[in-house]
Amino acid sequence: MADQFYLFIQQLFNGFTLGSAYALIAIGYTMVYGIIGMINFAHGEVYMISSYIGFIVIAALMMMGVDSAFLLITGAMIVAITLTSVYGFSIERVAYRPVRGQNRLIALISAIGMSIFLQNYVRVGQSSRDIAMPPLVEGGWTFGNPDGFEATLTYMRVVIWVITIAAMIALTLFVTRTKMGRACRACSEDLGMTNLLGINTNFIIALTFAIGAAMAAVAGVLLGTFYGVINPYVGFILGLKAFTAAVLGGIGSIPGAMLGGMLLGIAEAMTAGYLSAEYKDVVSFGLLILVLLFRPYGILGKPEVEKV
Amino acid sequence: MTQTVLKFENVSTAYGKVQALEDVSLEVNEGEIVTLIGANGAGKTTLLMSLCGDPQPQKGKVFYDGEEITGKPTSEIMRNGIAIVPEGRRIFSRMTVEENLNMGGFFTSKEDYDEALKYVFRLFPRLEERFDQRGGTMSGGEQQMVAIARALMSKPNLLLLDEPSLGLAPIVIQQIFEVIEQLRAQGMTIFLVEQNANQALKLADRGYVLENGKIVMHDSGDNLLVNEDVRKAYLGG
Repeated sequence: MADQFYLFIQQLFNGFTLGSAYALIAIGYTMVYGIIGMINFAHGEVYMISSYIGFIVIAALMMMGVDSAFLLITGAMIVAITLTSVYGFSIERVAYRPVRGQNRLIALISAIGMSIFLQNYVRVGQSSRDIAMPPLVEGGWTFGNPDGFEATLTYMRVVIWVITIAAMIALTLFVTRTKMGRACRACSEDLGMTNLLGINTNFIIALTFAIGAAMAAVAGVLLGTFYGVINPYVGFILGLKAFTAAVLGGIGSIPGAMLGGMLLGIAEAMTAGYLSAEYKDVVSFGLLILVLLFRPYGILGKPEVEKV
Repeated sequence: MTQTVLKFENVSTAYGKVQALEDVSLEVNEGEIVTLIGANGAGKTTLLMSLCGDPQPQKGKVFYDGEEITGKPTSEIMRNGIAIVPEGRRIFSRMTVEENLNMGGFFTSKEDYDEALKYVFRLFPRLEERFDQRGGTMSGGEQQMVAIARALMSKPNLLLLDEPSLGLAPIVIQQIFEVIEQLRAQGMTIFLVEQNANQALKLADRGYVLENGKIVMHDSGDNLLVNEDVRKAYLGG
């Protein structure tokens, strides 16, 4: 009985960690969708690039003799967030702005093209092999039955949760308290009207891409170091899952993306723990189908109102 | 000699092949209320939006404060002392009253912002009570107040109003027109587009009549009010 409980706790830990990553990446999908109504299919690749940047920075710092995990993670985080935001900003400028205002399908195809381009661009630069890295933060707390199942809460998990929560609080404060953040929300409600208030909506759109990329970078550095292995293709499936999370929570809604990400992460962890790890994708995409059938606007989304 | 704030010079605008405005010329002088009346689909909103650069006029020129603004991007035009209360209000319904006003005063300096806020609270005490309420949960009249207040937050020189009385109860319409009167007393230049010709003409210094995208008449508000053709077409005989 107690074993069952600790097993459950362990799955919950796994779920929160995975969910943190889904939630952070889902924010990028949901914000971009909210503002220009397009799915940025290159967003998973942005995550992947941030993982690489994080790895490179950590490796470089280690070579310079830095061995404090705190400094390594902070350094990787700062550089990855900055550079990845630049990627997000530039991707919008190069691949989406020129086709904006035309048929939505064109932007979608442009996004898929961007995704393939980024994957191969990293593959050429970094080779397609897995890159591995030793864990930065070791150890953790163990509790449970020493003779039966023991649940472990590694310190790295705690680091991930704390940073994820901090990033989400920062984002929430940004969109509710600052002028720029409020302008992002204004744009997502009525782009034309925001423009009529004199606000440069092109800049706000690019800013939204940059913020989404920064959130993905937080996930990229944390998850990259947590799992310890990356390759140029990690962004694809994770991006799809995060997109599922965004739809689950209600696409266009930022709290929805956070909630959807967590739910999806927990659902997958429970499936892996109690059913079989092979079924976790079945469960997450099955969940997507169910949501689309019974609540197409997601858990926290609002039904689209036809303007008259 | 009064100064011309806004000037349309032979402006034509089209949506694809549909000609919405044809060879429109008009002028709005400093401190005036000028109204544009016309039937549904005559091109009133198009005329206002051509001024804002969305859509861009096909031919002709638009001047604001003596400077040509044709071809400039919308956000640039609207940053220089022009504010609009658009058709259908278009307030941000998922944002609070405060946030809506905040967006209207995006480029206003801190002191001017506080001053403007006090001013709109005097005009619409209701907004102070509802400061933290979401726009979408308010009544139509209150939403119109938010839309006007939002426009005023940028301390505009020229205020564009597109059918501010549309869909509102008579008593609320009365209030809105009283506010417009007060704004005039403050020296604001107002360009008012209205279907409610009777009230608009009573208020306005001058009026233009738009028919099928063309200006067909132009006179003082009082003269238009007693004009036979205008009475027949827009004031119900």
